[in-house]
Amino acid sequence: MNEVLTKIRATALNVKNKIEKKKKPEVSIPIRSLSNVNYDPKIGYFELKGAKKIRALTVNTIKSFAQTLKMMALSKQVVESNDMATKREAYYVSKNWGDARFKEQPESDAVMDDIEAMFLVNREQLGFIPEEKGGDIAGKLKVIDKDPTTGKEIEIDCTKFGSGAYSIPSSVEQLKFKTDAKFILAIETAGMFQRLVKHNYWKTANCILISMGGVPTRACRRFIRRLADDKKIPVYVFTDGDPYGFMSIYRTLKVGSGNAAHINKYFCVPQARFLGVTPQDIEDYKLPTHPLKDVDKKKIKDVIKNDPFVREHKEWKKALEKMQKMGQRAEQQALAAWGLNYVMEKYLPDKIKDPKKFLP
Amino acid sequence: MQTKLSESKVELNHALEQAKKQREISISEFFTKNRHLLGFDSPLKALSTTIKEGVDNALDACEEANIPPTVKVIIKQTTPERFQVTLEDNGPGIVKQQIPKIFGKLLYGSKFHKLSQTRGQQGIGISAAALYSQLTTGKPIKITSKISKNQPAQYYELHLDTQKNEPEITKGEQVEWDQQHGTKVVMEMEGKYQKGKRSVSEYIKYTAVANPHANLTLVEPDGTVINFPRATKEMPPKPKEIKPHPAGIELGILINMLKSTKSRTLQAFLTTDFSRIGAGTAKKICELAKINTNARPTRIAKQEADNLLQAIRKTKFVSPQTDCLSPIGDELLKKSLKKEFDAEFFTTVTRPAAVYRGNPFIIEVGLAYGGTLEKETNAELIRFANKVPLQYQQSACSISKSVTKTKWKQYGLHQSNGNLPVGPVVIVVHMASVWVPFTSESKEAIASYPEIIKEIRLAVQECGRQLGKFVRKQGKVKDEAKKRSYLEKYVPVIGEALKEILALKDKDEKLINENLKDYLERSRKL
Repeated sequence: MNEVLTKIRATALNVKNKIEKKKKPEVSIPIRSLSNVNYDPKIGYFELKGAKKIRALTVNTIKSFAQTLKMMALSKQVVESNDMATKREAYYVSKNWGDARFKEQPESDAVMDDIEAMFLVNREQLGFIPEEKGGDIAGKLKVIDKDPTTGKEIEIDCTKFGSGAYSIPSSVEQLKFKTDAKFILAIETAGMFQRLVKHNYWKTANCILISMGGVPTRACRRFIRRLADDKKIPVYVFTDGDPYGFMSIYRTLKVGSGNAAHINKYFCVPQARFLGVTPQDIEDYKLPTHPLKDVDKKKIKDVIKNDPFVREHKEWKKALEKMQKMGQRAEQQALAAWGLNYVMEKYLPDKIKDPKKFLP
Repeated sequence: MQTKLSESKVELNHALEQAKKQREISISEFFTKNRHLLGFDSPLKALSTTIKEGVDNALDACEEANIPPTVKVIIKQTTPERFQVTLEDNGPGIVKQQIPKIFGKLLYGSKFHKLSQTRGQQGIGISAAALYSQLTTGKPIKITSKISKNQPAQYYELHLDTQKNEPEITKGEQVEWDQQHGTKVVMEMEGKYQKGKRSVSEYIKYTAVANPHANLTLVEPDGTVINFPRATKEMPPKPKEIKPHPAGIELGILINMLKSTKSRTLQAFLTTDFSRIGAGTAKKICELAKINTNARPTRIAKQEADNLLQAIRKTKFVSPQTDCLSPIGDELLKKSLKKEFDAEFFTTVTRPAAVYRGNPFIIEVGLAYGGTLEKETNAELIRFANKVPLQYQQSACSISKSVTKTKWKQYGLHQSNGNLPVGPVVIVVHMASVWVPFTSESKEAIASYPEIIKEIRLAVQECGRQLGKFVRKQGKVKDEAKKRSYLEKYVPVIGEALKEILALKDKDEKLINENLKDYLERSRKL
C-alpha cells in the first residue's frame, strides 16, 4: 500500500482506539519555524529539529481536529482513485462538511500544511496541487513528459518557444530531461528573463534560463533540483541586490524555509550558487542604487542574528554587513544604466568566467 | 492746580451720586433677579424644582413626626403655559401662626441652624416656589393645614412682599378637611411639563427608590396616575441632631462657635459644644495649645483660636457617632431597586460612617444589572443626597466624578476613558449627612471633598467587584452553552471522517460519536 495511505490509516486508527478507550486522542506535528531547523552545509538544506506540538482533541480544538481528519479522508479518496485536487478545490470540497467547513482558503491551506508536516510528505503526495504557476524555461533543454490522455511520451524542446517560454507544470516528478547545457541560470524577474530570451543569451552562453518570478514555487524548486541532480549541471542564481533577493529568493531556493522545513529535503537546491547582484557588484559596476527601506534594514539585522544559513556562511554575513554599511540596494535592471545589453555583453560573461567567486 | 481741584470735585460728586443709589437689597428682591441660583431658570426646571421642594418638605415633616409618609402630587394644565401644582401630604400639619412665615418668607426654616440629616437645609425652597408662582402668574399660594383630627383645618392665601421679605395674608379662614392631619399646598405657575429624562415622573420614581417607606402618587397633566406603593411600613431610624465633630473643623467656624458659646471655660466649651471630646481629651488639647483650661472662650476667639485649632488638628478623636444618620440601608435599597428595575442582579453596599470637615456622612451604593435594562447605552446613574434625587449638573457632582473614575472594565463593563460605563446597569449612590456640601443653593451637585470622593469610590468598587463576579459567572454559563453546541456540531464530523478513512460500519460510527461525546463532556468538568 501507498506510504501516505498507510500513514492516514494509522493515524485514524490511533484516534479511533483512543476514543474507544475513552482516552484523549492526540496527533503530533513538528513545529515549523526557523527556530526549529538545523543547517549543515554537508546535508545542504534546513532540517527539522525535534520540537513538536501535540494537538490533543479537546472541546476547544475539536473543530480543527475534525477538519484535519476530514482533510485526511479527502486525501485518501484522491490518492486511492489516482486523482488530484487543487488547493482551491479542496477548499470547496469542505463546503460539504456542514459546520466544519472552511470560511476562507488560507484555513484549508493551513490544515493541509499540518498534515504534510505530520506525515513528513509533500502535498503532491497527498494528492493536492497548488494552482500557482511553476516558472518559465527557455534554452538548451528537452523535457520529456507524458501525454495526459494517452500516456505516450512527448519531447518538449525549450529552444523552440521563440520569444515565449515553456511553463513548469505543478507536478514535476514524472519529467525526464535531455540537455548538454553548461549551467542553469535562475533569474528573479520576468523582465530580465525576457531580455535574455529575446537576445538568445542561452545560445551564446549554452545554458538553460529559468524565470522564478519572485520567490520560487515548490514546483520550480523541485524542477531545478531534479534537473541539476539528473544532469549534474551547476545552478547560478541571479536576483536583485537586496535582502529580499538574497534571503527570501536565493536562500529559500538553496536550503528551503523554516515554515516548510518538513519538505525542504525535496525542495532544496543545495548546489545553487549566487551570481549576483552582490553588494560588491554595486561598487564594481558602479550601479545606480536606491536607499535601503526600513524593512530591508530590519531583515538584514534579523538574518545576521537568527538565520542558521547566514550564521554558517561567513561570506554572506560579510556581504550583508557591507550592504548594511552602504545603506543602498540595486536592482538587476540597474545594469541597463550602462546600455540595454550590457548585462549580456559584459556583466554575465565577466561573472561566469569565475564561478568560484560566487557567494555560497 | 485748577484742573486737579475740579477733578476731585467730580470724584466727590460720583460718591454722592452713588450713595443715593446704595441701599439694602431684600433677599426676595435678590432672588427675583437671580432665580437660576435656586433652580428656577427655565419653565421646565421651575416646575420640577417646585415639586421637588414640596415633596422634600413633606417627607421631612412626616419623618420628624414618625408618620409613614403618603404624598400626592397633582399637576393640571390651566393654560398652554400655566400649570396648577397641588402637593398634599399626611404629615403632622403646621401650626396656624407659622404658616405665613414658612411659605411667605425666604430663609425661614427649622433646619438651617442644626446639624441633622434632613432633606431641606436653608429654608428657601418652598417659599422660592411661591415667589416664582407669584412672579409668573400673580396668583397667591394657597395652603390648607390640619394638625389634629379634633381641630378644623386652617386655610390661607398668601402673597410675598419682595421689598420687606414678609408674607402678606390675602385670605385666612378655618375650613373643613377630611384628612386627620397634613398639609396641602396649591400654586399656579408658568411651566413646561415633559416626560423622560430629568422629568417630574423620573424624580418621583427615584424618590421612591430612596424612600421605600413612602407612598408616592403623581397625577400628570394628561391624567396619567402613577403610584409608587411603599416597600416597607417600617420607618427609617430617625436622624438625630448632633454637635459638630472636631475633626476637620475650620477656623472661621471655630471662632464663631467660641464667640457664641454659653460655656464659661474652654474646658466646658470643648466638652459640651463638640461631640466626641471628653474631659481628658479636652485637657490634652488645652495643653497642646498652651492655653489654660479655664480660659474664657470669647477671649480665645480673638487671640488664640489658631493655636487651639492646631492643637485640635494634632489630636485624634473617636469617629463621630453615626446614629445621627439615617441611611436607606442595604436590604431596603436592594428591595427598592428590585421593585423599580427589571434586572437580573442586584447588589448594595453601605459604608461605615466617615467625616468631612467635622460632619459625619455615610455613602451607600446600589447596583442593578442585566434583565431588560438598556444594553447599548451609558449606565443610568442616580444620585441621592439625604434621600433626595439630584437630577441636574451631573458632571459637576463628586458622585459622577467617582463613578467615572472607577475602572469598570475590570468588572466586565465597557467604558471609554473618563465616561460612565456602558451596559445594562443602574448605579445608585446616596450620601447621607448632617450637612451635604452642595455646590450651589439649587442643591444639584455635591462638592468634591477628598473624604467624600474616597468613600464613594470604595463603595462603588465593592459593588463593582460583586458585579464582576456575576458577569464572569454569566460568561461561564454562556461558554458552557457554546461548548455544548460545539460538541453537537463537530463530534459527528469526526465520526464521519474516521468512518470514511477506516471504512467503518454505521454501528461503529455511532459508537465512536457516543464515546467521544461522553469523554469530552466528562473532561470539560475537570
